[in-house]
Amino acid sequence: MMMNQMNQSQLMHWINMVSFAVVDITEYLDTHPKDEEALKYFRHYSELRRNALEAYAQQYGPLTIDTANPGTYWNWAMQPLPWEGGAC
Amino acid sequence: MWNYERRLQYPVNITRPNAKIAQIIISQYGGPDGEAAASFRYLSQRYSMPYRKVAGLLTDIGTEELAHLEMIAAIVRQLTKGLSAEELEAAGFAPYYVDHTAGIWPQAAGGIPFNACEFQSKGDAITDLFEDMAAEQKARTTYDNILRLVKDPEVCDPIRFLRQREIVHFQRFGEGLRMVQDELDSNNFYMCNPEFDPGCGNTDNQTR
Repeated sequence: MMMNQMNQSQLMHWINMVSFAVVDITEYLDTHPKDEEALKYFRHYSELRRNALEAYAQQYGPLTIDTANPGTYWNWAMQPLPWEGGAC
Repeated sequence: MWNYERRLQYPVNITRPNAKIAQIIISQYGGPDGEAAASFRYLSQRYSMPYRKVAGLLTDIGTEELAHLEMIAAIVRQLTKGLSAEELEAAGFAPYYVDHTAGIWPQAAGGIPFNACEFQSKGDAITDLFEDMAAEQKARTTYDNILRLVKDPEVCDPIRFLRQREIVHFQRFGEGLRMVQDELDSNNFYMCNPEFDPGCGNTDNQTR
């Protein structure tokens, strides 16, 4: 599914998946800094994560301060808090 | 320096509150092998770690542990939210409730408060990395014990994710230990402390 066809909960799920790939490969690269395949994997998922966070911020509000783009109100503070549970 | 991301590392969506389970799981918040101890352990040990790559590993894993701490808090919160004092008492939660209501406070399952004595920062690279590997196994055992006690699939799912991360981090710290040992005298890794003794180990070659 393309990112622009996802609903909010699907996009959040996608962000969780690609972000997990980035965290896991970061720790692997910390001890295998020359692994070319791992570096390629990092670049791939890191870009997917950046794009997904940007897309989420535009449609539903920012999850990171770097994707916050407030207009007339401070939308960062309006986002649900992650421990609340629910659909996403 | 840290930035917050307004999401959990792995989703927690619990629809059936159960204070009995919350009382068990809170041990991974503030208990002896919990996520607070894990995070503080690695984030404290890194400052004197003489090998930059290993200090970086401690930073990245210590950071992930903060995300795990938040997941555990989310599980406990969702397991206790909306319950009455009577329901909490019936679940055996009264001793916690009287001091903390339904707030989140770092303690072990048995009520022992979080204590920095639950981890070490010894100032010795080999000692600390062995402690870190043991810590990951102790946390894995705790998650195994939780999975034997808890049957709600909505709780077990994030707990299984956390259990798997303990195994990955055990592997990474083993690799970190080997990186430290590669810089030391292979005839006697314990001849000196690379974090303290001048000239102990090869600390010049940071980029290799």
